[in-house]
Amino acid sequence: MLPRILALMIKEFLALLKDKRSRTVVFVPPILQLLVFGYAATFDLNRIPFAVYNEDPGPASRDLVARFAGSPNFREVAVLAHQKQISPLVDTKRVLLVLHIGPTFSRDLFGGRSAPVQVILDGRNSNTAAVLLSYVNTIMTGFNLGWQERAGGATAQARLETRAWFNPNLVSRWFIVPGIVGLLTLVVTTLVTALSVAREREQGTFDQLLVTPFRPGEILLGKALPGFIIGLFEATLIILLAVLWFQIPLRGSLLTLYAGLLCFLLSTVGMGLMISSLAVTQQQGLLGAFLFLVPCIILSGFATPIANMPDWVQQITYLDPLRYFLIILRGVFLQGTPFHLLADQFWPMALIGVVNLLLAGYLFRHRLY
Amino acid sequence: MRLRGLIHKEFYQILRDPSSIAIAFLLPVVLLLVFGYGVSLDAEHVPVALVVEQPDADTAGFTGGFEQSRYFQPVVMRDMHEAEQALMSRRVSAVVHLRADFARRLRQPGGAPVQVIVNGVDANTGRLILGYIQGVWQKWLARRALETGETLGAPVRLESRVWFNSELRSRNFLVPGLIAIIMTLIGALLTALVMAREWERGTMEALMVTPVTMREVLVGKLVPYFLLGMGGMALSVAMGVWLFGVPLRGSLWVLFGAAALFLLAALGMGLLISTVAKNQFVAGQVAIITTFLPAFILSGFIFDIGSMPPVVQWLTYLLAARYFVAMLQTIFLAGDVWSVIWPNALALAVMAAFFLGVSRRKLRKRLE
Repeated sequence: MLPRILALMIKEFLALLKDKRSRTVVFVPPILQLLVFGYAATFDLNRIPFAVYNEDPGPASRDLVARFAGSPNFREVAVLAHQKQISPLVDTKRVLLVLHIGPTFSRDLFGGRSAPVQVILDGRNSNTAAVLLSYVNTIMTGFNLGWQERAGGATAQARLETRAWFNPNLVSRWFIVPGIVGLLTLVVTTLVTALSVAREREQGTFDQLLVTPFRPGEILLGKALPGFIIGLFEATLIILLAVLWFQIPLRGSLLTLYAGLLCFLLSTVGMGLMISSLAVTQQQGLLGAFLFLVPCIILSGFATPIANMPDWVQQITYLDPLRYFLIILRGVFLQGTPFHLLADQFWPMALIGVVNLLLAGYLFRHRLY
Repeated sequence: MRLRGLIHKEFYQILRDPSSIAIAFLLPVVLLLVFGYGVSLDAEHVPVALVVEQPDADTAGFTGGFEQSRYFQPVVMRDMHEAEQALMSRRVSAVVHLRADFARRLRQPGGAPVQVIVNGVDANTGRLILGYIQGVWQKWLARRALETGETLGAPVRLESRVWFNSELRSRNFLVPGLIAIIMTLIGALLTALVMAREWERGTMEALMVTPVTMREVLVGKLVPYFLLGMGGMALSVAMGVWLFGVPLRGSLWVLFGAAALFLLAALGMGLLISTVAKNQFVAGQVAIITTFLPAFILSGFIFDIGSMPPVVQWLTYLLAARYFVAMLQTIFLAGDVWSVIWPNALALAVMAAFFLGVSRRKLRKRLE
């Protein structure tokens, strides 16, 4: 049995790797994508262009503007002299934020009255706007505290001492890069498996395979193992890059990480083969691959938290193998979560994998068109 | 006349294998439903542990703010150890700790420290939660100041106005972006395999011996899929406006003009992949790699392009989705802002011309 599976595997590897273009497609883009996405995918904002419309001649407003201009998050690109100039700047996206200080700002502050400051934000990207607003709030709070101390008034009666665990500077890259490990592993295994059976069906060679003495289980293993091995190899490469290049802390045990990776590969290879054996043409296989990949990524919590989704969508995410793997990846990388706290994440992936592999094996023989 | 024959044939092929129709109409419905409901950056009902070592009237006043806020779902705990365990196992996302001497130090100079810990694994959500907690704290300060009759706590009051999306509904900016992503997928999926299929099955050679020119072959492939793609676009816009309630402030004809340009670029890219690969397997792989993830991450749909490193920003200029996302977000939320629309439309037109031109050049009546 073993030599027969080996023969099938060799044939699969040859089919996949003998074509130079196919070889390149499987190995080069994932690495390039990790590098590009690792830098691109961040919610942190820096050097955001903003404009100042300061009607106040006093020193207090200059102090406030200096705090904005001095922050690495902001970049002053325009000084306005008139209200009418605000709208064209914001409409054309030349600035994302306008700081408007009224004419009585310094007078109010020195007179002990509360002085309003208006901030106008471009809400076309609501997340950017919310993050910007939190930066603005931080600057304002700092300004207020400084002013109160200087004015010698009563200081705030309670103050917040904030800390962020596991990611003290709240760098989004630490959150995103472990996620990309899962994302690219998913894409690579789908790439290798989703078209493999569909191609043989379209070309008619699958019928030939079925009349050989191979048992369906053997064909299944012969198709599954190459995807598994390539996935394992590339995932290792990507994990190495995440740790060595992006300097993401790896606090947990590699054993836990790889246990998760193996379960995850089982589930994605299973999914890919199931899609592939359902498809009659490669066009259908490709459609199936996208119909699986896209929701899988969107619902995994990769970019937007699962907790923000409505309840019925949260229920659907339990079918998504990437969901479990992301929890393991982020847990092991950032929190150093021990195996026993993650135990609930392993078996659903294994279950998804086994069910899909069985389905694929069944479809081999029962879907002849 | 010959062209009509080719288009006719392509339509038959579409009807015979319903997967093309599924791509144009089923894909947008499924993806918009999944995306529209699944993608939200608005954190609400965040589970937060309130550790109050000695409950009294003062601490109740402070924690009351959390109970009233729609952003939080507070869980009261008595000791810090329990809260830390809950934070570790992700049962709560943040811990607010009021020490036993809170009431006493409140009345002393310097004030009472309140310890706040957030789970920083998801940095973006972590920062939003910190912002919400600050909001609760500032409200509490203002209320205390009012009660004790002191001058207002904060000298400078922030008044923020968010234009185009005053409630900061993330769906309003995500749905237009999603339409761009979905159209990217449709465009590439529809055409990525069509040329390769003809090569692989040998029908391309049959086409070559007929009098049709290669330009006609190309146009014959383009027209049916263009119509299908525009149908998918109309469906997506209808769902976005009626199902998800996204405002459409610009005009429809600008929207569909932009979509037509984008679709030409996307179909052109698919045709180019297909023409160069000459092999469905490779063409399919290239389509998977080059469409969804780059459009998802690099188009400005969810991650801000301006904050990426310069090298990566340059790369985004190569992506048709980038221009389309900018146009859609503006047309939907801000209206017909021509200074945004013209440059992006021009870029898309250049890309469409490039992809179709190169496909035309690569497509020769020649065998290798």
